[in-house]
Amino acid sequence: MRVSLAAVALGLLPLWTPAEVPNSAAAALTANCNTCHGPGGVSPGSMPSIDGKTVDYLLGKLRGFRDGTVDNTVMSRIAKGYSDEQLQAIAAFLAQSR
Amino acid sequence: MTGNPDQRRRHFLRGLGGSMLLPLLGCDRGNFSAKAAGARVAIVGGGFGGTTCAKYLRHYAPDIEITLIAPQPTYLTCPTSNGVLAGLRELSSLTQNYDALRGRYDVRLIHDEVTAIDASRRTLRLGLARPIKYDRLVVAPGIAFRWGEIEGLDEAASLRLPHAWQAGSQTELLRAQLMSMADGGVVAISIPAAPFRCPPGPYERASMVAWYLSRHKPASKILLLDANEQFSKQALFLQAWKDLYPGLIDWVPISQDGAVRRVDAATRTLYTELDEHRVAVANVIPPQRAAAIAVASGLADSSGWCPVHARNFESTLVPGIHVIGDAAKAGPMPRSASAANSQAKVCALAIATELSNQAPPEPSLHNTCYSLVAPDYAISISGIYNVVNDEVTAIAGAGGTSPLDADRQFRRMEATYAEGWYASIVADSFG
Repeated sequence: MRVSLAAVALGLLPLWTPAEVPNSAAAALTANCNTCHGPGGVSPGSMPSIDGKTVDYLLGKLRGFRDGTVDNTVMSRIAKGYSDEQLQAIAAFLAQSR
Repeated sequence: MTGNPDQRRRHFLRGLGGSMLLPLLGCDRGNFSAKAAGARVAIVGGGFGGTTCAKYLRHYAPDIEITLIAPQPTYLTCPTSNGVLAGLRELSSLTQNYDALRGRYDVRLIHDEVTAIDASRRTLRLGLARPIKYDRLVVAPGIAFRWGEIEGLDEAASLRLPHAWQAGSQTELLRAQLMSMADGGVVAISIPAAPFRCPPGPYERASMVAWYLSRHKPASKILLLDANEQFSKQALFLQAWKDLYPGLIDWVPISQDGAVRRVDAATRTLYTELDEHRVAVANVIPPQRAAAIAVASGLADSSGWCPVHARNFESTLVPGIHVIGDAAKAGPMPRSASAANSQAKVCALAIATELSNQAPPEPSLHNTCYSLVAPDYAISISGIYNVVNDEVTAIAGAGGTSPLDADRQFRRMEATYAEGWYASIVADSFG
């Protein structure tokens, strides 16, 4: 059985057991979310958790942050660093935890 | 254990909370890990860079051997240590350990000093333990101080003029000096020429000390003697100081004779080009470079820091050795826990893919740092980076600081998030 890098990368987040991930680029992008939101997007403190959300919810938020239509403190500055394609990949990857 | 590699990995994931360990996965290896299986990766340094790299390497390459060499069984984080100076938290609350790395991620921990890196033999020499052979080496040793660059400033002098730029006894020393000084005294903070670890750190420290003094010793002053002309989050800090601590903090940039050239530890006197300041407490942050092991191993260039290929953080000077965190030169990325955490992930994925002869994905790097100005008032800075021509490059139009015109509610929220940031990054790196 072939195991792609993406499949290996599913091991990225301890609390996740997704059957598959879109691609390793998404894993690489999304790894940075964990720094502030906690491993697997599960926040141990006051930062919002981002696990268990739908793609639509996440993508709506991320696009809203980037476009300035969703109130936030730091995420608009961060979301502006990604293309729409990248935001879609991040949302899809995060939604794998559902 | 039987089953295909995919099943084994799922089993591993389920076992992350328990006692499932990786050596059990060694039988029928899959494509990605087959080529990497048995590879030995050693990581030098037990801070945010080293721990994150070990943990994510385990995720990316379940079948390799990972050894982390950290000097002590526990690690005191520099992030949030300025809160200790203000009396907002205990030093013990900054203590992290390696239990999760050892127990959940099957990382072999060695607490020892790395005395030499023999790159030609791919061997680490340790102070007490036996030498370690590696296939890939990651060096994340942090900073060292350039003692002597400021005349009179050496390690002995730092016992009277604490730097508190590596958390631990130095933090306690500075805290004790602040607590015992008489009201009406001057606290000097000497800031070295950039680059140094945690660019906004000295200014957060000034804020935290100001918060403490304004409540306990209100006739006291802070003198910021700065060897730089500008600083991180400058407009935000200056605005906050004016609002929260009017007249308390005097910032002296280099153009106004702010650079300390000489110190006299016995009298706590700091000498600039034209002036001298005899103060009650002197927090002298020394000029910095990459840690000694990086310099001794030929990883640092004439700047004292370690140049790397941004695509995988492999040294440009010594092939096969990767350098991440404060010791590395990573273009516009600051030397911070957040940056080290992000670089560690890029490095881990690059090593895992290279060991299995696959192309790594495009690197994506990130930094977000909060500075506490008061317990309910924080400001942040963020950066998103990609790799262009093997150089770390800040993505234009992204990142930046908190808005200057934000209201107090915004600052309060960022103070709440600053706490949350710490809990998350500690969990991501050590948990």
